[in-house]
Order: sequence, then C-alpha cells, then structure tokens
Amino acid sequence: MAKRIDATDVTAYYGGFKAIENINLTVEPKTVTALIGPSGCGKSTFLRSINRMHEVLPGARVEGSLTIDGQDIYHRDVDVTAVRRMIGMVFQRPNPFPTMSIFENVVAGLRLNGVRRKSILDEAAEKALRAANLWDEVKDRLGKPGAGLSGGQQQRLCIARTIAVEPQVVLMDEPCSALDPISTLAIEDLMFQLKDKFTIIIVTHNMQQAARVSDRTAFFSIEKTGDPGRLIEYDNTQKIFSNPGQKKTEDYITGRFG
Amino acid sequence: MGETPHRSAHAGTGGHPVTLGHERSAGASARVAEAPVSPRTPDDDRGLGGGGGLPRARAFGAERAFRGVTLAAGVAVLVIIAAIAVFLIAKAVPALRANSANFWTFEGWFPNDDPPTFGIGALAFGTVLTALLALLVAVPVALGIALYLSHYAPRRLGTALGFVIDLLAAVPSVVFGLWGRDYLVGPVADLSAWLNRYFGWIPIFGDGPYGNSILLGSLVLAIMVLPIITSLSREVFLQTPTANEEAALALGATRWEMLRTAVLPYGRPGIIAAVMLGLGRALGETIALALTLGSTYAISFNILANGGNSIAANIANRFAEANETGRGALIASGLVLFAITLVVNITARAIIYRRREFTESAA
Repeated sequence: MAKRIDATDVTAYYGGFKAIENINLTVEPKTVTALIGPSGCGKSTFLRSINRMHEVLPGARVEGSLTIDGQDIYHRDVDVTAVRRMIGMVFQRPNPFPTMSIFENVVAGLRLNGVRRKSILDEAAEKALRAANLWDEVKDRLGKPGAGLSGGQQQRLCIARTIAVEPQVVLMDEPCSALDPISTLAIEDLMFQLKDKFTIIIVTHNMQQAARVSDRTAFFSIEKTGDPGRLIEYDNTQKIFSNPGQKKTEDYITGRFG
Repeated sequence: MGETPHRSAHAGTGGHPVTLGHERSAGASARVAEAPVSPRTPDDDRGLGGGGGLPRARAFGAERAFRGVTLAAGVAVLVIIAAIAVFLIAKAVPALRANSANFWTFEGWFPNDDPPTFGIGALAFGTVLTALLALLVAVPVALGIALYLSHYAPRRLGTALGFVIDLLAAVPSVVFGLWGRDYLVGPVADLSAWLNRYFGWIPIFGDGPYGNSILLGSLVLAIMVLPIITSLSREVFLQTPTANEEAALALGATRWEMLRTAVLPYGRPGIIAAVMLGLGRALGETIALALTLGSTYAISFNILANGGNSIAANIANRFAEANETGRGALIASGLVLFAITLVVNITARAIIYRRREFTESAA
C-alpha cells in the first residue's frame, strides 16, 4: 500500500517567483516524515508539488523530478487525477464539503471514482471512519452535515475522506494548526496507526509535534525574504533534534532563529 | 475618532519649528488642555478614561438615529406593499362585479362591451408559459457562461466578458422587443417550420402561420433574463471556498468533477435565487412581449403558431382604449400577476429553506 518517494532537484515557481530550489530527498514507505522550517521557506510548496496540487494555482510550475516507486509523476502522459488519488492530501484547515453529510463527505472520493453500489460505499465509509478514530462519535448521525462537527472531528473527517480512496501516500499540511491540544493529540495518535499502511509526510510548525510523530525530519530554510527555500538538513528525527549536523538547524530548533 | 487626529495635527502645525519630540508633547498637552472644553464628545471621554472612570452612555446618538432610519426603511416596504394591494383590490372589485363572464375560464377580453366579458385564464397561461420557456432556454446557457467565466476563462477574459454580459442587462426592453419583432421573427419562423416538419408529432410544435408566436416571445425573454442569471450565479460560483475546490481536486477530481462536487452544490441556493429573479423579470416583462406576442385570447399549447399573450403585455396593449370597467379589468389582471409572482417567490424561499441545515453550516 505504501510507496517510496524520490525528489531530485525539485524547483517550484509561482509565476516569476522561485519558491523552492533544488530539493533532493527520499521518503521511505510506511514512515512519517516531518517538514519543518520558518514561515515562507517552501515546506508547503514542496508538499503540494508531491501530489501536483501546486500547479492548480495560476502561473505555478514545478521543475525537476518527482517519482513514486520509480514512476515520474510529472511525466507528460501521466493522468494528474490518478496521481492525486494515489497521493492524498489533508489541508491546514478542516475543509469538509459544506453541502454534504458526514457519510457523503467520506465517500466523495469513491463517488468520483465511479463507485455507485450502496453496500460498497457503506463498508468503505465505516472502514475509513474507524481508521480515522471517528466512527464511534458519528455512527449515529452519518446523515448530518459534516460541517456541523467540531474542528477536530472535521479534521478527522477529512482524514477519513482522504484514506477512503486508499491512497499510497498521505500528505498533511499543518493538519493540527487550527485545532486544540486534545484534538491535536487525537490526530497524532492517528498518524501512528496510519503509518502501518501509508507513507505520511507532514508539514508542521510545531517542533514538539515533529519530534513526537515523525521518523525522519527535513529542515527547510531561506536566506532572506524573496530567496527560494532550500533543504538544509534531512535525517532521522532523533538525530535532528539531539545532534543536528548544521548550525542553522540547531539555531532553529533551539529557538535562536525563526 | 474624527476629531483627535485633526486637533493634534493642528497643534503640530501651530507655527513653532520644534523637534519631533517637542511636537508630540505639545500635541498631547494641547489635547489634555482642550478636553474639558467639550466633555461630551466620546473621543475626549475615552482620552480621559485612564484618569476619570468609564465614558458615559449617550442618550441620543448616531447609533439610535441609524437604528431609527433602518426601521423606517423596513416599515416603508410593508406600507408600500399594503398600499399597492389595497389600490389593486379597490379598483378591481367593481370591474369584477360587472363582468358577466367567468373571470377564471373565459377566453377573451371585452371589458368595454355592454355587458363586459373578460377572462384571465389565457393571459395567466401565456404569462407562465412564456416565462417557463424562457427559463428553460436561458438557465442552462446562463449557468454554462457563469461556470466558464468563473472557473475556465483566464481571469482577464472572464472580467471582460462579465462586463459585456452586464451590458446586455442594460439594454432597454423595448429595444429587445423591436429587435425581436423586426429581425428575430424571420429566423424563428424558419426554425418553427423546421421544428414542425421533423417534430410535428409533438403537440407543442403545431402548424402555422408562423410569426409572432409564444416561441418568439420566449426567446426574446430568454435573452433578457440571461444576463441577470449569469452575473448572479457567476458571483456565487466565485465565492466557493478555495479550500473546498482544492479538497475535491486533491481527491482526484477532474475540473468538471470538482465543479460538480464543490462548486455547484455550494452555489445551489444562489442559483435558485438567481433563477427566481430571472423568473420574476420574465413574468413581469411588458413591452418586449407586447411587441412579440400575437395578442390572442386562446389557451393553446402550440408554441409555434401566431398568438399568445401575457398579463403585462395585455395591460400595455389595452390600457389606452380602456374605459372605467376596462381599467378595472386590467387592474384585476395585475392583481393576478401580483399573486403569481408572490407564489413564485414563496416557492423559491421554501426550496432554499428545506436545505437550511446544510446551507447554514456552509456560511
């Protein structure tokens, strides 16, 4: 289920502005990788390049090579929707579809894939909601609006929606930044369970969170505003947080910068 | 708010060439010194708040005045609606009393005769039929244009085209009517002949003579309601949260699937509102239909043949020649139109209200 991601010399632009430059990094299957760094350093841009969501913005483009198990996801013949189904994404703010019920939200991706059979949808919805630790809280009100849940529940609903289509990789863009500490803890617990099945890459501003949940950590930084973001250091999380190889990493982690 | 900066600026430009530090202290002391002179202004109270307790609530101020103005505006709407209803009923009742035919079913309009005979059936039928046909043509086209402008076209082109669409709304209806009567009538007659030849087995595509038909009136109406529906639904589509659009795309939706999953459901109440506004305009449209419909008083489902009429068009066509009873009869027909639009609006509200649980949490 989980796949390996290789980024080689990935450079991304917003129009004429170069947001990240020459990112090289390999993500192993069934691990949690945290991307940390100061605001504007290109963590999210890099994350969105991995499932080709970067190019959704007008004028945005990506250079370099990104492969998933050796397949180039930016190849001309590759169907971009297939890439996004394989590499799911959870966003910073919970974004359930406001007009849909809880159930409809979870199966939205399956519906897009053409699944119509009620029995299959029911089964998939329960499986995804259980995997997202949300089933017990919502099983009696699946027909209610998804937007009526609490923030933390909404985010777990979005995670359920993402994993319902059984992707290989799950990208999370600061998934806990809009949540309270208890909901954050629930999502972190969830990440531990999910990495048995998925490759997870998470952008976070919370260094304790990166230290708690990730196996590997990548530290991004910029020289000054307007410069492209670069990958400064990429190593085992334990090493990064106890004995970083770069002075910049150490400064950031100890709070002397950023 | 308005006063304090002005005063300190005044103090600063008081003619003393002083340093910045001096200037500031001069301004501050001026404010303190002047404050007791006009203790009622709120800014000064706030300025003194640190030393002298909380500012006093005002007995009368902009807040209350504004509240009164908005209340008056709200009440005025009710009063005007009530006044219109009273006027219509008072004028209509004598004519309806004098009518010797059945007002609901009689197909004809002879209120000037003795005894007067007139019936609303054919007019109401024509009004609703032309409006519905117009919507049938205009809504899919309008939604298509709106989706293109909001989600497919490059931003600049979208803005420019949106402007052109809005221009279409600014064309006076009499111009549309003349254009329909003098130009569009030819192509529509050809289209009618073609429809009759190949689809004549459907009752609505009956025999001619082709000319000023329900079809012609409806097409002109469709063009007239198109810009309203287009620009309103475009606004609604543009308001779809980017987060929802991205959620759909990240699930592997194509552009069209994204529109169907995120944009259209989100815009649904807005689309309904836009369509109802268009319907309102179509139902009340007067001069364009007076020029393009055949002004007959028969209920016929044949939309191709010469004929058709609507309540508003009939009022425009017959008002000049009407006597006392004739005017009353026309006003009675206006009352029916009023009732039809009311029902349409209530229905629209009901449709929006039914999905309240979902649309409210959307906001």
